[in-house]
Amino acid sequence: MRRPTEEAPWLRWVLCLAAVGVALLFLVLPLVAVFAEAFRRGWGPVAKSLSDPDALAAVRLTLLVAAIAVPVNLVGGVAAAWAIAKFDFPGKRLLTVLIELPFSVSPVISGLVYVLVFGAQGWLGPWLEERGVQVVFALPGIVLATIFVTFPFVARTLIPLMQDQGRTEEEAAATLGAGGWAMFRRVTLPNIRWALLSGVLLCNARAMGEFGAVSVVSGHVRGETNTMPLHVEILYNEYQFVAAFAVAGLLALLALVTLGAKAVLERAG
Amino acid sequence: MIEVRGLHLRYGGVAALDGVDLALRAGEFVALLGASGSGKTTLLRSLAGLEFPDAGQVLIEGRDMAAVPARERGVGFVFQNYALFRHMTVFENIAFGLRIRPRGQRPGRTEIARRVEELLALVRLPGMGERHPDQLSGGQRQRVALARALAIEPRVLLLDEPFGALDAKVRKELRHWLRGLHDRLGLTSLFVTHDQDEALELADRVAVMRDGRVVQFDTPEALLAAPADAGVAGFLGDAVPVDCVVREGRAWFEGLPPVEVAGVKGGKAVAFLRPVDLLAEAGAGEARVAAARQDGRGVRLTVEVAGMLLEATPTPGWAPRRGEACRVTVLAARVFPA
Repeated sequence: MRRPTEEAPWLRWVLCLAAVGVALLFLVLPLVAVFAEAFRRGWGPVAKSLSDPDALAAVRLTLLVAAIAVPVNLVGGVAAAWAIAKFDFPGKRLLTVLIELPFSVSPVISGLVYVLVFGAQGWLGPWLEERGVQVVFALPGIVLATIFVTFPFVARTLIPLMQDQGRTEEEAAATLGAGGWAMFRRVTLPNIRWALLSGVLLCNARAMGEFGAVSVVSGHVRGETNTMPLHVEILYNEYQFVAAFAVAGLLALLALVTLGAKAVLERAG
Repeated sequence: MIEVRGLHLRYGGVAALDGVDLALRAGEFVALLGASGSGKTTLLRSLAGLEFPDAGQVLIEGRDMAAVPARERGVGFVFQNYALFRHMTVFENIAFGLRIRPRGQRPGRTEIARRVEELLALVRLPGMGERHPDQLSGGQRQRVALARALAIEPRVLLLDEPFGALDAKVRKELRHWLRGLHDRLGLTSLFVTHDQDEALELADRVAVMRDGRVVQFDTPEALLAAPADAGVAGFLGDAVPVDCVVREGRAWFEGLPPVEVAGVKGGKAVAFLRPVDLLAEAGAGEARVAAARQDGRGVRLTVEVAGMLLEATPTPGWAPRRGEACRVTVLAARVFPA
């Protein structure tokens, strides 16, 4: 007997094959190609291009930017989600929409906005320059652009969950004598920890991989303001394919480790 | 003990509380009875500090609660869906209120364990401390929620539809048990319900709410005998409204004998008749047995009089049969001018 919601066997097979085929073609194949290109001449050239001082600087910068941007977005995202899910206040809908803004705006525009505001001809640029602070074409600009682009990840994963869980557990904690911090740490946080972790990991993956916004504000100074994605592009444009794919492979590896960690943690939760 | 004066609360233009006055004596067990949307849960939450009234006063033990946040009110609150902390064991749920106390007032580890075991025994869940809430039945969760609320040793206990999510049998058991617990611990309790049987059976006094106001606050006997208005009369005791005319101190019906009514001015009126107000006996009369059905509580008799179907009480020893003619006497009626 076939259940009423079940399709004919041949149709099921076709659908499954189509899904797997698309995944292989568009997701797995490019990944394999990256590693295959990198290792075309064996380990030697890969090791050499990864130990290049400019490559190492790019790796260091990428990790540093992620190390600043992710914690900032962790705190900001949790605060925004907590406010939206647990309280009513004027402007709540607007805030909800604003959180999505970085997803809907092209990253290049996000970068340009920072150049407009902080650049040499920008609103705040000259004022900052007089005080010896350089934002654009330096670390602060890259960090700001990354924070902007990756802001939605934590908030977006938390808001639906927290709205679904409602406020009654927090209210119960309040009637039992808990203040705001105890309520958050002992009741809210344990209820959202797996979603939070998954949001943080996604945020991290994107922070390390962001190209567009960072490209606009970075200035592409080799060994100084080049993150890994930018470094890959420069190498590729210089026809250094092995080196480009080696760095790209490392970046992909970081992303894969992040996704793997997410999957493992979600299973544990 | 608890006093509410002129409480007003509006939600986006709609009055949830529209001038509530209520005073509970120490040790009382009081029910807030009303249809959904009558404001009873809002009132309860205002007492706990979970809602913020626009105007009016809440006093607990003589102290004005306006500036006292929920966490400092020391009021036990049992939520409708229990709101147990889902990631904690039963033990941790109950211990929560003790563990988060400031350092100076916090009992030691062994003392907390002893208190939790005591509370588990009190709510008849000994040895269940290591379970998680999702491993418990509805009735068990309800008792954990109660134990958690009692852990902070409140003088006042507020319960929002405490039996709402339970099946009929568990509900009845828990009712009596809760009443016993209230008496034993010397609490002052207020519980919200939309079930009149529950309110009338359990409470010392019942506050009937309608449209954000307490329309009557009295003992169950007084409520049944002298409802404040037609709304309360219709709400309580399965009463059916029947048109009548009041003349010379009596209410006259079509098809039913008249009944004495005191203090109602003459003219058209509505009488609320409950099954216990109508006595049906065998013999020639204007009424006819429309249905007779045996259930756990006795014979449920429906009679047809002048085109109306009314529930009535049969005289003892008479086994009514469908279609049989009978006589109906009106023993009492609560009558309000139409």
